[in-house]
Amino acid sequence: MGNITRELSDIVGAQYVSNEPEEQFIYSRDMGTMEPRQPDFVVMPASTEEVRKVVLLANREGIPIVPLGGGLVLSGLSRPLKGGIVLDMKRMNRILEVNEMRRYAVVEAGVSQGVLQAYLKRHHPKLKHSVPDAPPIATIAGNVLIFGSGHLSHAAGFHSDMINGMEAVLPTGEIVRVGSCAASPHWFSRAPLPDLSGLFVGWAGTTGIVTKLAITLFPDRPFNDVGVFVTEDEELIPDILNRVTRANVAEDVTAWMTPKPEWARGFQHVNVAFSADTREELKWRWQLIRLSLKNYMDEKVGGFMMLPPPMKKALIEAPAVTLTRFADVRKGGGFEYVGTIMPIDLFPEAYRAGLEIAERCGTTYSTGARVIGLGHCMMFYFAYPFNRADPSDVQRAQGALEETNRVVLDMGGIPWKAEVPAQQEIIQRMDPNTFALMNRIREALDPRGIMNPGNWEPAA
Amino acid sequence: MEYADILHRCFRCGYCKLPGNYQDLNCPSYLKFRFETYSPGGRLWLLRAWLDGEIKTSPHLAQILFSCAGCGNCVEHCVFPKFKDDLLNAIVAGRQEIVSEGAVPPSVRDYLKAMQLYGNPYKLPQDDRGRWADGLGLEPYSGQEHLFYAGCVGAYDERGQKMARSVATVLRDWGISFGILGAEERCDGNEVRYLGENALFEKMAKENIRLFKEAGVKKVIALSPHAYHAMKNEYPKWGGDFEVHHYSQMLAKAVKKAGPAPKQDNLRVIFHDPCYLGRHNKEYRAPRKVLKAIGGVRLVEMQRSKGDALCCGGGGGNFFTDILGPGPDSPARVRVREAWETGADVLAVACPKCAKMLEDAVKAEGLEEKLAVMDLAEIIQAP
Repeated sequence: MGNITRELSDIVGAQYVSNEPEEQFIYSRDMGTMEPRQPDFVVMPASTEEVRKVVLLANREGIPIVPLGGGLVLSGLSRPLKGGIVLDMKRMNRILEVNEMRRYAVVEAGVSQGVLQAYLKRHHPKLKHSVPDAPPIATIAGNVLIFGSGHLSHAAGFHSDMINGMEAVLPTGEIVRVGSCAASPHWFSRAPLPDLSGLFVGWAGTTGIVTKLAITLFPDRPFNDVGVFVTEDEELIPDILNRVTRANVAEDVTAWMTPKPEWARGFQHVNVAFSADTREELKWRWQLIRLSLKNYMDEKVGGFMMLPPPMKKALIEAPAVTLTRFADVRKGGGFEYVGTIMPIDLFPEAYRAGLEIAERCGTTYSTGARVIGLGHCMMFYFAYPFNRADPSDVQRAQGALEETNRVVLDMGGIPWKAEVPAQQEIIQRMDPNTFALMNRIREALDPRGIMNPGNWEPAA
Repeated sequence: MEYADILHRCFRCGYCKLPGNYQDLNCPSYLKFRFETYSPGGRLWLLRAWLDGEIKTSPHLAQILFSCAGCGNCVEHCVFPKFKDDLLNAIVAGRQEIVSEGAVPPSVRDYLKAMQLYGNPYKLPQDDRGRWADGLGLEPYSGQEHLFYAGCVGAYDERGQKMARSVATVLRDWGISFGILGAEERCDGNEVRYLGENALFEKMAKENIRLFKEAGVKKVIALSPHAYHAMKNEYPKWGGDFEVHHYSQMLAKAVKKAGPAPKQDNLRVIFHDPCYLGRHNKEYRAPRKVLKAIGGVRLVEMQRSKGDALCCGGGGGNFFTDILGPGPDSPARVRVREAWETGADVLAVACPKCAKMLEDAVKAEGLEEKLAVMDLAEIIQAP
C-alpha cells in the first residue's frame, strides 16, 4: 500500500492523494440511499497525462478505478464497490475553448456547470449551454456521460446528444479522441466518423475515463418567459405535451406534481419555458404556446396560471434552487429519485404508479417529467426525500425506489443512471445478446476489469 | 455538541463552495485542498460521522476542521434557509469539541497557548502594545467620544501598525474625537472564538467589557473587522453594549464634512471586501463611499465582490495558524490574480489581516511593482 501511495504521489503530487479515513469516509458514499463502499485511495489528477499514468499503475496492479465528477449522481454510481481508487476529476477544471461561430465549448472533465455558465455569461453572453437541474457544482462531463438533460432538452435532446467530441483514457492507458477532433483540429461534430462516443456514454465509468469533451452551445436570448399550464386530469398530459412540442417554440417543457405546497396538490403543472431576441418575438411565441392548448382552455379543463414575478423568476432560474431544497423536506438532508426514460404517453400511468408507491411505502414524494426532444421521450422522475439520520426512513425511501424501478420497467420505461439493484433489474429484462455485446466490449477495452467494477456486471 | 441536530440536514449540494454567480470555487479551504472533505458539507458530514463513532479523532480531522477560514461564504450561499445561518456555528462547535479533547493542530495549540500566556499571538510584551502609535501624538482614552481599538495585528504586526497609524491619523485629521488604550488594550478574542476556545474567548470578552466600562467607553471604532464583529455581535451577551463602528463607517460618515480628499492621479482601485465586515455584517457601502469620495480614484469591482468576495484566507484564525498554507491555490494568491486581471493599480483593503495576507500574496505572484495593497486611509493619505 505504501508503494502505491508513493507512486500515486509521484504522479499527481502528495497533496492530491489521500488514504486517510476522512477522505475514505466522504468518498465512500453519495447523497442517496446506497450503502457506502470505501475506497483505498482518493486521487486528484490535474491533466490527461496524470490520468493516463494513474490508469497504467492501476492496470499494472489490478486496482479498481472509479472516476468521479461532482459526486451528485445520487444513485451510488461513483461508490467504489470493490475498493481501489476514486479519481476525483475536479482539478481538471479548465475551459479550453469557446467558439462563438461554431457554437461549441471544449472543457476538461472537471469543469462544473456553474463555472461554464458564469464563464459564458461573462465572456460570451450570446451563448449558453443546456443547464441541468443539478446544483451548479455538478460537472459537465459527469452529466453528459449519464445521459443528463436540462433546460434546452426540449429543443436539443439529451445532453449526450450535445456532445461534439471527447478525449478519453482507455482502461489500458491509451489516450483516444472521438468525434471530429479525431481527424481534425476542430471539435465541431461527432459526424461523420463511426460514433465511438457511445463507448463512454451511459457506461457509468466502466469503459474509460473521459478527460475532455466538446459540447454544443446555443443562443442565449435576452428575453425569457415561462407559462405554467395546469389541469387536474393526468390523462390529458400526453396530449398537452404533444401539442406544446408540436408548436416547437419552447426551450424546455417540464411537468411537476407535488403534494406540497397545498395549493399544488392534485394538479398537474406543465412549465413551458421560452426565450426570444425581441419582446415582439417573445409575445409571438407565447401566443403560439397558448394557441397550442386553446382547446383545453376553451373546454375549461385546464389553463395557464397567473404567475407572481418571484415565482416566474424561480421557474426561469437555471439551475432551479428549489429542486435542491427538496432534500430538506424530511429535515434530513436526503433525497433520491428514480429517473426513468420513457415515452410521453406513459405519463398518466407513471404518475398514478408513483402515488401508489409513495402511499404504500409511507413516504412523501415529488414527481415530474422533462420532455426530451420534440416529445420523442421524457425523463419521468419519482423523488423520495428521507432523513439520513433515521435508518428506517432511509430504508423506506430505498424500498420506494426499488419498487419504482420494477414498476417503470414493467411499464416499458428504463431507469436512468440506475443504481446497482436497478441495473440488475434491467439486465434481467435486457436482450441477452445486447448484454453479451456490452460485456464483450467491456472485456475488450478493460481486460483487467479495473474500471468501476461491480456496475453492469452479471449477477454473482 | 451544539448544532449537532443540523449536521445530517446538509445535502452536500455544493452551493456553499461557490459564489452567487458560480464563477469559481469560493470556499477558501476547498479551493486550496480540493478534497470534498474540506468543503463545508464535507466538514458537517465528517462531524456527524465523528459523533456517531464512524471516524476517530485524528490530526487529519483536526486539520480539516481548523482549515475553515470562517469567511461565511457557505452561510451566504447555502440554499437551505432553515439551517443555513448555523452552518459556520456548527463547524466552530466542532472545533470546540476538538479543543476540549486537546487534539488541535500544533499551530492552533501554539496560538491558543500564546493567547493564554501573553495575551497576544506574537508573544510580545503587553507594554509594547501601544507602540504602534509612537510619535503620532494620539491621546490616551479619557472620555473622548470614541475609543479607537487597534487590535493585535494593528498593535504588533508591522503591516498592521502601518495601517493603524494611517487610520488613526486620518480619523484625527477629519476631526473625529477618540482616544486609545495603548498598553492597556487587550485582544478582542475573535480568533480565539473561531478557533473553538470558547471559555478563553468569554474571559477575554468580559475583561474587555470591564476595561471599557471602567474607562467610560460608550463608542468603539475598530481597526479590524474581526474585532468589530466580536464586539458588535458577541460582547452584548455579557453586557458589552457598546456602539461599535468599523473605521470605514466612521470615515464614510465624516467624508462629506471633512471636505474633498486629496486628488489622486487617475488611480484604478479595486476593493476587497473583508469577510467580517461584509458577509458577516453586511457592510458593503461604507468603504466604497469613502473610496468614491477620493478625487481621481476610479473604483472598479471584481467579479467576486460584496457577498461573493473570495476570502483572503486570513479568517477563522488562519491568519495566525496558517493551516491553509502557501502555494498558487492559496486564496490570497487567487484573489490577487483576480484583482490584477481587472487592471487595477491598487487593491484596497479595510482589514489589517487582509492587508498582510494580500500584500504577501502580491509578492508571491511577483506583482510588487504592479499592484499595491493599500488600506482606505493609506489611499487617502497618498501623496
